Amino acid sequence: MADSVEQDTSDQIEDTQKGKFLTFCMGNEFYGIEIKYVTEIIGFQPITEIPEMPEYIKGIINLRGKIIPVMDVRLRFRKPFREYNDRTCIVVIDISEVAVGLIVDSISEVITIPDEEIVAPPSMTKEGNRYIKGIGKVGSDVKLLLDSDKLLNETDLESLSDL
Amino acid sequence: MTLSQKGVNELSNPYVNEPMLDLYIFESMQLLEQMELLILSNEKSSSYASEAINEIFRIMHTIKGSSAMMLYNNISTLAHSLEDLFFVLREDEPRNVDYSELSDLVLEGLDFIKVEIHKIRNGDEADGDATGLIESLRVFHATIKGSDFKVEDQNLADGAVSHENRTPEKQQYYISKVRTETTSLRNTFQATLRFEQDCGGMENIRAIVVLNDLADLMEDYYHLPEDLENEDSARIISEQGFTLFLKTDRSLEEIHKVLIETIYLKDLQLTNVENSELFNDLHQEREILLEDSSVKLPAFSSRDQVPNNYEEKEFHSGANQPSIISVSVAKLDQLMDLVGEMVIAEAMVTQNPDLKGLELNNFEKAARQLRKITSELQDTVMSVRMVPLTGTFQKMNRTLRDMCKKLNKEVQLQLIGQETEVDKNIIEHISDPLMHLIRNSIDHGIEMPSEREIKGKSRLGTITLEAKNAGGDVLIIISDDGEGFNKDRILAKAREKGLIQGSEEEITDKEIYNLVFLPGFSTNEKVTEFSGRGVGMDVVVKNIEAVGGGLAADSVPGKGTTITLKIPLTLAIIDGMNIKVGDSRYTIPTTAIKESFRPKITEVIVDPDNNEMMMVRGQCFPILRLHDIYHVKTDVTHFTEGIIIMVEQDNKTLCLFADELIGQQQVVVKALPEYIQNMKKVRGLAGCTLLGDGSISLILDVGGLIGYRQATKV
Repeated sequence: MADSVEQDTSDQIEDTQKGKFLTFCMGNEFYGIEIKYVTEIIGFQPITEIPEMPEYIKGIINLRGKIIPVMDVRLRFRKPFREYNDRTCIVVIDISEVAVGLIVDSISEVITIPDEEIVAPPSMTKEGNRYIKGIGKVGSDVKLLLDSDKLLNETDLESLSDL
Repeated sequence: MTLSQKGVNELSNPYVNEPMLDLYIFESMQLLEQMELLILSNEKSSSYASEAINEIFRIMHTIKGSSAMMLYNNISTLAHSLEDLFFVLREDEPRNVDYSELSDLVLEGLDFIKVEIHKIRNGDEADGDATGLIESLRVFHATIKGSDFKVEDQNLADGAVSHENRTPEKQQYYISKVRTETTSLRNTFQATLRFEQDCGGMENIRAIVVLNDLADLMEDYYHLPEDLENEDSARIISEQGFTLFLKTDRSLEEIHKVLIETIYLKDLQLTNVENSELFNDLHQEREILLEDSSVKLPAFSSRDQVPNNYEEKEFHSGANQPSIISVSVAKLDQLMDLVGEMVIAEAMVTQNPDLKGLELNNFEKAARQLRKITSELQDTVMSVRMVPLTGTFQKMNRTLRDMCKKLNKEVQLQLIGQETEVDKNIIEHISDPLMHLIRNSIDHGIEMPSEREIKGKSRLGTITLEAKNAGGDVLIIISDDGEGFNKDRILAKAREKGLIQGSEEEITDKEIYNLVFLPGFSTNEKVTEFSGRGVGMDVVVKNIEAVGGGLAADSVPGKGTTITLKIPLTLAIIDGMNIKVGDSRYTIPTTAIKESFRPKITEVIVDPDNNEMMMVRGQCFPILRLHDIYHVKTDVTHFTEGIIIMVEQDNKTLCLFADELIGQQQVVVKALPEYIQNMKKVRGLAGCTLLGDGSISLILDVGGLIGYRQATKV
């Protein structure tokens, strides 16, 4: 019984966040990530490198005493590395108690994309859209919606074998 | 609206019950441990001291009551049988008790309750079945009772129980009679309470709880049904409600406030009985009854005062002893983290680069004060986490007892330095290893009594468990006076398992003895219930290494074996040397550092495989370039520009090459984020820490680095 009530309340919280995405830009594309995963956005700060990690794990940062790993989303998507500048942001996301910082080129805005405006990504044989859960249409623009879980947990076979 | 209302009610319940459950588990476990100690100490003298019997009776009574409250019926019925048993022991003092059998039974009961409480703690159903145990307790109960004719009401089949039930009531009236003469009572109330149907058939227990809650407020009271300890009363209360007449000088509101808080309360009627005739009637009836039994009364009262006395005694000792509260370890960890943050924040303020070159006398003074306070705070928090080894050591008594009984050996345990304090985290890790080592000593080390006599030793074997501080470590030494390790057998076994390479002449005795710590090693041919599977030592080594400790064994054939555990005092804070490689910082535990120096190029040797080595005082050590293994960009690649730090662990030495030393500092060890750990276990990294400027430094694991060197060599 208590469980179901708890479910109710968390459903309510989810309701207010439902359909809302934080969009950020990388290269020419806009990506969206569900707002419920985002805990905060911080400016770029010095990263301590951890040896023997895949290239896209840039290292760890000190977030007010909490140590969290940071991932360069560009490198995760096999895009060329771009120098960090003052528009570079770290989006801290929290997926099932695991906090990770995502380095993105720049933050754009929070927008609402209703379910009916989201279409499934075309199935391609190439690994191109592994991390994309759907494609949202906003006016004439298109936002690629990230599958945060896969972003974090999908083991990149190649990068592991690189080690 | 109704939904949310219901939601609040439904939600509040688990949150209300949880602290109660925690408290129940905590208290019960403490009581059980206390009781185990009592039994073990009394068993040796082969009879139970009367204080011990009283104490055990009281403990079982408490556990029975609280378990019934929490609706763990299997525990409460078992505790009830034990309580009955000790009641007989207390009251009748039977002579022909087989105390060894009694101890066995009681310990078995204890174990059962412990298992159930563990289940409850893990959130499982406490579903164990104690019927068999209760039956054997009943049989034992009957035996000691049947043979005792001294006590007059012994012929009553359930004498002890009904006896016990009757007495407290009379006790009550006895006290109340005295009181009514001296105090004037203004109010008389009649309260009728009804409990929820689903409170689990423990209505009588709930009623007792109500009486306890009101105990301080009431001057005199009388209740229906009269006999609350009787099982029938639960039924009566559930049908007719629990009626309580009480005299008090408190107001109606105050009484109402207390009563309304009763758990599982369904319905409460509280009225002021102006005409207290009814009460007086009932009261007088009591007094008559009281006089009738006045001959017996002194006997009853003296018996029943025992629990009362105990409470009083406890109260007094509570006032004298330092008061203690129990705090969850999670909260302590949090506090510890915060203090760690504060130490760093303090450094960030007092060593702020903006202050460089400024003359700030007052600031310096204030900063010094702050530094002093933070370091004191840190020490205090650390000391809070320190727990004496007493509990862990005492637990071994039980292991020893069970083993000796099973193996028919005679062994005594000597405890030295059990007051030595160790961090709570570490204590949890060493309990299992110690138990394994003690078991090994008894099973493999100590000989059978007859064998010992032939060898000219005393029949009674001795195992000594000693703890002492040694610098930043604690040494725990387990020694026995048994037959010692059999060197040839160890060698043969090691050869058979392929654990030794190279010629056997080169191996020292010590090295041979330490072979027993290798996984899968067991010289005992027979696999016994306790040891011989060769997994024990493995677990020991793993557990000890998990807390950053080490083991060493030594033995004198025929005289005994000594196993020394070296464990660090704490895991949370270490003394570290910060070093710099390129832009990265690393921290090396100071305890591992032997020396650091700037090398001369002539001392460096390179072998054909490009392995670099260094001659120091005639000895040759391998060199590990940190920038090389961790792929850090740095300008310092020549040995003459950087610095060599010689580190040692487990008698293996390694030279680390870094750019420069930054300085020594106490650092709070933090684990690397789980995400990183899951991705790959980085060799040679033990964790990370925050430096004074808020940047992160990686803590090097010297053992891992030595392994790194070896792994790359192969």
